[in-house]
Amino acid sequence: MTDPTALSCPAPAAETERVLLGHGSGGRLMAELLRDVIATELGTDPIAEDAAVVDTGTAEVVTSTDSFVVTPRFFPGGDIGSLAVHGTINDLAMRGARPVALTLAYIVEEGLPLDELRAITASAARAAATAGVPIVTGDTKVVQRGAADGVYVTTTGIGVRHPDATPSAAHGRPGDLVLLSGPIALHGTAILSARESLGFESEIASDSRPLHALVAAMLDAGGPDVHTLRDPTRGGLASALNELAETSSIGVDITEDAVPVPPLAAAACELLGLDPLHVANEGCLVAFVAPTAAEAVLHAMHTRPEGAGARVIGSLTDEHPGRVHMRTMLGGVRVVDMLVGEQLPRIC
Amino acid sequence: MKYLDEYRDPVLARRLLADVHATATRPWTIMEVCGGQTHTIVRQGIDELLPEDVRMIHGPGCPVCVTPLETLDHALAIAARPEVTFTSFGDMLRVPGSRGDLLKLRARGADVRVVYSPLDAVRLAAAAPDRHVVFFAVGFETTAPANAMAVLRAHALGLDNFSMLVSHVLVPPAITAILDSPDNQVQAFLAAGHVCAVMGWTQYEPIAARYRVPIVVTGFEPLDLLEGILLAVRQLEDGRHQVENQYTRAVRRSGNTAAQDAVRRVFQVTTRTWRGIGPITAGGLTLAPEFAEYDAERRFSAAVLDTDGLGSLENADCIAGAILRGTSLPTDCAAYGTTCTPRHPLGAPMVSSEGTCAAFHNAGRTR
Repeated sequence: MTDPTALSCPAPAAETERVLLGHGSGGRLMAELLRDVIATELGTDPIAEDAAVVDTGTAEVVTSTDSFVVTPRFFPGGDIGSLAVHGTINDLAMRGARPVALTLAYIVEEGLPLDELRAITASAARAAATAGVPIVTGDTKVVQRGAADGVYVTTTGIGVRHPDATPSAAHGRPGDLVLLSGPIALHGTAILSARESLGFESEIASDSRPLHALVAAMLDAGGPDVHTLRDPTRGGLASALNELAETSSIGVDITEDAVPVPPLAAAACELLGLDPLHVANEGCLVAFVAPTAAEAVLHAMHTRPEGAGARVIGSLTDEHPGRVHMRTMLGGVRVVDMLVGEQLPRIC
Repeated sequence: MKYLDEYRDPVLARRLLADVHATATRPWTIMEVCGGQTHTIVRQGIDELLPEDVRMIHGPGCPVCVTPLETLDHALAIAARPEVTFTSFGDMLRVPGSRGDLLKLRARGADVRVVYSPLDAVRLAAAAPDRHVVFFAVGFETTAPANAMAVLRAHALGLDNFSMLVSHVLVPPAITAILDSPDNQVQAFLAAGHVCAVMGWTQYEPIAARYRVPIVVTGFEPLDLLEGILLAVRQLEDGRHQVENQYTRAVRRSGNTAAQDAVRRVFQVTTRTWRGIGPITAGGLTLAPEFAEYDAERRFSAAVLDTDGLGSLENADCIAGAILRGTSLPTDCAAYGTTCTPRHPLGAPMVSSEGTCAAFHNAGRTR
């Protein structure tokens, strides 16, 4: 214990390990943070302007924004930085856009290890570079300890619409085939097993990855016949299909056998009492495609690694509009409902 | 997946279904006891693929559903206390008590956490000596051994900041209560495989003999259930009433004796109220006197008494009791799908994925 009556110097020692409230003050400490951590990891010059100018030519501009609050911040297959980049790229892609630029904003809790902020930023930069979508501007705020949980990340993206395509949640038509680009239930089970240290013998990795190149290949092959694109993130495939069924006023029929759930993810779902159809994904998409174009689109998907497992899982009907039906393995039919609230692991 | 896919084979399933169709010559009513079995039946649409005259009644085997309202109200009162970290399996959190549920209490600032094992709750208590950690111990014979182990572990660690709110229930007395009820329609039971994995099936032999009712110990996969139904129908057609084991890969006649020993050491049999059914003699477990210090109801008796003073109120529109006894279907309830949905449940069977109402609703069953 120090003697409280003793005089002490109020100037803090230089802090190089953790984020301080002062790092968000707009002063010199903040400039250092932006220069030494953010700009260094992003591999850019410190950004002097508060807004970036992006040349999009004359095409339609598509924009999207998303915030990321995932716990744990680092998980098998990714982290909050790469996830924030992939998430917004994918949201743009689902409207048929080629992503052009991203912004990156942090809300940081005082006390966050600087190394962690560095790692997250480096990961976001890597993800953006791999995807070929530059991070052009951003923002950093620091809040008091306890006012946030570590770090929250927001990315905003702009993109330009593919000239031949207008995919929309409302464009599903009777007879369209339902295409799924790959296995489901990986991201959610990876997060849950990392969060709860469930100790599976082998690790489940998140499927977090960018889907814009896959979408570009699909649109080049199918153009306007690709009616609807959606990445089934929170709420899983079941919630995504229900939203689309409702927005397009269309019935969705899928076949249980056709929906691929990797064995480890299936085992985790069994253990936790979760429905794989309700588990979040970050690296697959579902598409409604006109039957005449489905084969060409599927073929184009197979040329991309992220679409290698693409397959038809069902079709659209004008019966039971707004509802999703699934033919079970035994030949019965059940309604697939949206997830209600948060997924709660059951007792036994 | 090994041990799963082979029990979901559609070709074998269709063969078993055809066998059931060929075997049943008269109407039969069979109850699957466990909510996990109900879930598989409804999800796979098995009940709709059976012969019209073979009727499945969905039993009371959802531990969340039969936890009495008073106990839930006690849980809410205890969890609201500032010194308490209240831990529970996930699906208890949304079950409505008389005044709110645990999730809403958490949103208002109470320290309510989901754990995956009671031992996690013990670890929390060991790591936070300034908190009092309460674990909500609900469930059948299946979860009792792990809960017993948690008490023994806390005892071995000398923890005085860990306790359990116990609402354990036992299956055989519930089966007897259903058979004794004047409006009983059940002619055969599919006993819950996981309960029998712990307890074995000797307890069911006197029931089968006394009530002349076939009991088939059954697993949870589609093929398990179809085979269990087939074995039950065969017994009914033959006029036999035996205990048969379909779930041979997990269950032995004597069960898991080490698990039974742990349960016997920590708990003792007591009369317990089942929500929707009422008090069942010897229908549950409570902590043995030796471990009474781990009884949360005793430790927080003041909070519990305050709550009891307010009274516990069931929703008047909810027919959960009739559904748990198997005398009504969810689709018979006026509130089903209208004022009562998984988003706004009026009663417990609409909350848990084990609950019959939720199983029906999730599968889109309509009136």
